[in-house]
Amino acid sequence: MSSVLYDAPGPRARRNTLIGTVIAVALLLVLVVFAFIQLGENGQLDGEKWGPAFNPANQYFVATWSALSTGLINTVVAAALTLVLALAIGTALAVARISSSRAYRWLVVGIIELFRGLPVVITIFLAARVLPEFGISLPPLWYLVIGLTAYNCVIIAEIVRAGVNALPRGQSEAAYAVGLTRFQVLRIILLPQAFRIMLPALISQLVVIVKDTSLGFVIFGFSEFVRTANTVIQFFGGQEGIALPLQMYIAVALVFILINYGLSKLAEYVQRRTARAGRAARKKDAPPPKELTPVGTAGAIV
Amino acid sequence: MDALIAEFPRFVSGFLGTLRLCLFAAIGALLLGTLLAAFRVSPVPPLRWVGTSWVTVFRNSPLVVVLFLFAFGLPQVGVVFPTFGGNAFFWPGVAGLSAYTAAFVCEAVRSGINSVPAGQAEAARAVGLTFQQTLGAVVLPQALRTVVPPLGSVMIAMIKNSAIVGAFGVTGELFSVDGALTAAGYSALSSLGGVAIAYLAITIPAGIGLGWLERKIEVKR
Repeated sequence: MSSVLYDAPGPRARRNTLIGTVIAVALLLVLVVFAFIQLGENGQLDGEKWGPAFNPANQYFVATWSALSTGLINTVVAAALTLVLALAIGTALAVARISSSRAYRWLVVGIIELFRGLPVVITIFLAARVLPEFGISLPPLWYLVIGLTAYNCVIIAEIVRAGVNALPRGQSEAAYAVGLTRFQVLRIILLPQAFRIMLPALISQLVVIVKDTSLGFVIFGFSEFVRTANTVIQFFGGQEGIALPLQMYIAVALVFILINYGLSKLAEYVQRRTARAGRAARKKDAPPPKELTPVGTAGAIV
Repeated sequence: MDALIAEFPRFVSGFLGTLRLCLFAAIGALLLGTLLAAFRVSPVPPLRWVGTSWVTVFRNSPLVVVLFLFAFGLPQVGVVFPTFGGNAFFWPGVAGLSAYTAAFVCEAVRSGINSVPAGQAEAARAVGLTFQQTLGAVVLPQALRTVVPPLGSVMIAMIKNSAIVGAFGVTGELFSVDGALTAAGYSALSSLGGVAIAYLAITIPAGIGLGWLERKIEVKR
């Protein structure tokens, strides 16, 4: 383990590490055993509680997952629509911020700061409750998508701007020199290269979007994944008299972890590839801007 | 916006409720996150596994699911949280928000420690400083400066996420002000608009303050 904190371990350090490992493993085992005893004492290890979500032989398994997958599809659809819309609007905002005159730029910066400062759950709730007041009634899915887009498009706008700023000046100077207009320079020269640099950051933002679709639970009548799980829990609690919130939420969490872990690995892979290919031009010797730091570190935030 | 003016006291108490919730959650998240970061850079492998799994699990699950687990899953295994001023959701909310945010705190602290060039610690050891001296006098002061900006962003994100806890029914929190006002007959635009402004009153100054702090402590390398 190479770290700034330690030298290569000598014999004594290795022995201490070994002793520490043994103690830590023992403590972890005690913890796991205790957790199982606690689960068992509360009757949480029963097959009838885990079966509906985890045991394919269980009589409810197929029905449970066919209900859950309907919810999951809604979640994925909402996330995909949000990504597309946020990408389009975010790019437009970034272009407006980069290319507009100073007086006008304040407006764009204001919009970006405004939506960046609001909790996503508030933007979703605003979409779901305020739009109908103005007589705009949409299918519930769209309230979620609009709310999520409002928040994510400004984040993407910042990512795009960082990507464009990370390009060497020579790129736009050369483009202006051959007589392209400001808009052409952005469209033909800067944005395509910026998107290459941005791709990992965009994929990590997709993780955030997928997680945030679960906030759809504040909207009545939209059955995304988490709300569907709640419905399933209510069904079992009422009809069958089996309380399985613990098991069901663990199943839901596992599905989310699987999807998002896959996406973050993909982002890391793309990051490595673009770094190795080195085709995407970036300012020499300049570290990538904060918004573009790789997923593995502090990365996309919450 | 008429609700904001007419029902100002309610907004103030909701504002304070949000700050109180965030204060508890921030303490929990910072302590737990720092501990997890220490685990993740520890030479003992099992501790590293604990840190890594915690980060993987909590960074990839939605906060909503974490909160559901804390509020409705844990009581099933006999973990019952005390009520807070008659509110059963306060402590599960604080615990869930802390556990979730701790994963992000851990990553911020860890990347801060790793951002200190290895030569710094090597030089410190070469002049004969002990491990404690190396850590306390050389590595941590530098790590702290790189940690502050991402840590600040994590804390601002946590404040925004506290609205999700509010949506769960932590009464006396900003989000729940909206429910009370809607029940009192205000339009969604005026009550939610007021809530939105109240959140902006926290997040925008916090962002500006963070930017100032960032410039002040920036390390020139």
